[in-house]
Amino acid sequence: MKNILIIGANSAMAQAVAKQYANRACSFFLVARDGEKLDTLAKDLTIRGAHSVTTAELDVTNFMAHAPIIEDVFDQFDQLDLALIAHGTLPDQTACQTDVELALKEIRINATSSIALMTDIANRMEQQKSGTIACITSVAGDRGRQSNYLYGSAKAMVSTFLQGLRNRLDKSGVKVIDIKPGFVDTPMTADFKKGALWATPEKVAKDISNAVDKGKSKTLYTPGFWALIMLIIRNIPEFIFKKLSL
Amino acid sequence: MELTSWGQYPRANSELFSPSNQLSLTNALIEQTEASSIARGLGRSYGDSALANKVIRSNQFTHFIDFDVEKGILTCGSGVSLADILATFVPKGWFVQVTPGTKFVTVGGAIASDVHGKNHHLDGCFSQHVLGFKMALASGEVVHCSRQSHPELFFATCGGMGLTGVIVEVELQLLPISSSYINQTTIKAENLEQALTLFEQHYDTTYSVAWIDCLATGDSLGRSLLMFGEHDSDGALEAGSEGKLAVPFNMPSFLLNKYSIQAFNSLYYARVRESESQQYIHYEPFFYPLDGIHNWNRMYGKNGFTQYQFAIPKENGLAGMTEILTRISDSKRGSFLAVLKAFGQANDNYLSFPIEGYTLALDFKLEPGLFELLEELDQIVLAYGGRLYLTKDARMSEQTFKQSYPLWTEFDRVRKEYGADKLFNSHQSKRLGL
Ligand SMILES: Cc1cc2nc3c(=O)[nH]c(=O)nc-3n(C[C@H](O)[C@H](O)[C@H](O)COP(=O)(O)OP(=O)(O)OC[C@H]3O[C@@H](n4cnc5c(N)ncnc54)[C@H](O)[C@@H]3O)c2cc1C
Ligand SMILES: NC(=O)c1ccc[n+]([C@@H]2O[C@H](COP(=O)([O-])OP(=O)(O)OC[C@H]3O[C@@H](n4cnc5c(N)ncnc54)[C@H](OP(=O)(O)O)[C@@H]3O)[C@@H](O)[C@H]2O)c1
Repeated sequence: MKNILIIGANSAMAQAVAKQYANRACSFFLVARDGEKLDTLAKDLTIRGAHSVTTAELDVTNFMAHAPIIEDVFDQFDQLDLALIAHGTLPDQTACQTDVELALKEIRINATSSIALMTDIANRMEQQKSGTIACITSVAGDRGRQSNYLYGSAKAMVSTFLQGLRNRLDKSGVKVIDIKPGFVDTPMTADFKKGALWATPEKVAKDISNAVDKGKSKTLYTPGFWALIMLIIRNIPEFIFKKLSL
Repeated sequence: MELTSWGQYPRANSELFSPSNQLSLTNALIEQTEASSIARGLGRSYGDSALANKVIRSNQFTHFIDFDVEKGILTCGSGVSLADILATFVPKGWFVQVTPGTKFVTVGGAIASDVHGKNHHLDGCFSQHVLGFKMALASGEVVHCSRQSHPELFFATCGGMGLTGVIVEVELQLLPISSSYINQTTIKAENLEQALTLFEQHYDTTYSVAWIDCLATGDSLGRSLLMFGEHDSDGALEAGSEGKLAVPFNMPSFLLNKYSIQAFNSLYYARVRESESQQYIHYEPFFYPLDGIHNWNRMYGKNGFTQYQFAIPKENGLAGMTEILTRISDSKRGSFLAVLKAFGQANDNYLSFPIEGYTLALDFKLEPGLFELLEELDQIVLAYGGRLYLTKDARMSEQTFKQSYPLWTEFDRVRKEYGADKLFNSHQSKRLGL
């Protein structure tokens, strides 16, 4: 692994992944919307041993700005080894039920922006015939629940997109990993009660880098026990599920 | 939400706050009205030091900010863990000057508890290798503290258990190494007196620690394994790998009765056949034998446990420890781990734990009657001029604290001078009358 692009680089999970790869002298192209946080991260990665760090500011809902940034990335690197898509928000479900504008905005952040970015990246990786696209979705996309189905449906859209993309890119040797974390202790979940099921961003990062390093092209539940939990949740019959307050 | 630290006792209901940067922290401090607020790192303190109504986490202050390659001086956020520092800097030939028995602590927590390692007798506490730090005061102002600037605040904050403010950034001297391996000598001691003599004889060795079998009685009271170590100059510079084992849930606590402990102890003791042996081992098992098993604290069951760590002045070491070990062995309340270390001179910080002499740390499963026993032990410790370690404590009385930490009055004065008593109070500080 040498050249890495991270979108939503300031996310706690993305930072943890970047820190691991920095220790191995990788080169980074970091994209995020908060320039100050990006500078802090860039400095950190350099101290750790990153070979080089380039940064760019982007609000992912500014679709017009996508293409030039991806262009810059491929100008910078003769080959891109890993593209990690990590940005996201956790919408207020109740608010989204009455405010269509808000609901659509959340879909743009959590689904269409990722799909737009990955469309461009995938075509270029297909040409170079190598590389890994890793995108963080969520276990929430596995089944719609009344408490956060807007978020869940956005993530599900990306997961289905990734499934097809993996299928398409298999013959060109490009790997596609759909990362589905469970509960992770990050700023996104700062206000949540934390219990035994919660993982640290470092644990998730380790699972991600393991999958990438081993050249996996698959869906990755992290921590692993979520595969089992979601298997059960997906299989609860609808007539029971709709009565549960999940 | 319900929060506990490493001992899983006590439990507190706390609101968590994770400032994303200095500005969001100071803005919050300026507006804050909750007088029970305290900083928290990785929660590796055992009791209620990092518990309060409002807990201010350092989990976003996790960046390296500067590294002076020539001098080995690292500037980093207070939430950076020793694990992270080692993973990054061991391959570059640097180690931390002082490390506790787990690498999952933050530098902020290491300063606030002024932690010690196996080299205390020669190198002192963690703070003695800290060149300075930035901290947010109750007023929301951020000040730079060192032995030269705001010295009193520096001495109060090192060992001050978060009660003076929130450390945000730390300047740390690292230790140059040329190998990640340790040359270890293990020596068996038949009893406590022999163990203390061995510590004396090996005073020049950088690292030393003894593992005591607390259930041995009579002539073998205090029988132990002593481990002495030096950084080797041969071998690769490689950081340790993460542990694979984990204790996922609280285990039923009956698994930890006196028989299982006795079995564990004899096994450990029998592992070393010769009275003296040499090993060449990676720093990971040498410094962090338990870090390989994540959440081993859950082995004590859902009621939790507490660690009783005391220090006794050198001249009373043998008498004091003999009395305490006898009392514990009579009580039949075994300790899974009993660790003995020699302490060098105390430093200038008002509340730092180490005093020249010896320290012993024992784990006790929480169960009825335990606190009565510990209260008895407190009286023995006090009678010998000793004290308890605040970062392990969950129960000592205000009187015991004030009697054994005479500089608490200086600490109190400085804390009030900076208005910290109005905002920074943990459940522990309230119990101790601070
Ligand atoms: C297995 C194990 C072995 C240990 N071995 C040793 C040992 O050998 N020697 C030793 O000395 N200790 C030892 N300890 C204790 C441990 O080193 C200390 O409790 C340390 O302070 C924990 O750091 P933390 O980041 O988890 O802090 P926390 O437990 O989160 O907090 C501890 C204290 O530090 C304060 N604090 C934390 N962050 C900040 C900050 N940013 N600003 C201001 N105050 C802050 C808190 O308010 C609290 O009072 C051990 C603990 C464990 C679990
Ligand atoms: N935490 C969990 O429990 C959990 C569980 C499953 C999946 N996930 C997913 O994991 C990913 C990483 O999240 P995290 O938990 O690490 O949380 P996080 O630290 O809050 O990261 C989310 C990041 O997304 C960025 N972002 C939000 N809107 C953006 C926009 N319009 N343009 C550009 N960037 C934007 C944020 O930027 P700023 O830094 O500027 O705010 C932030 O850095 C997300 O996709 C999330 O949905 C999280």
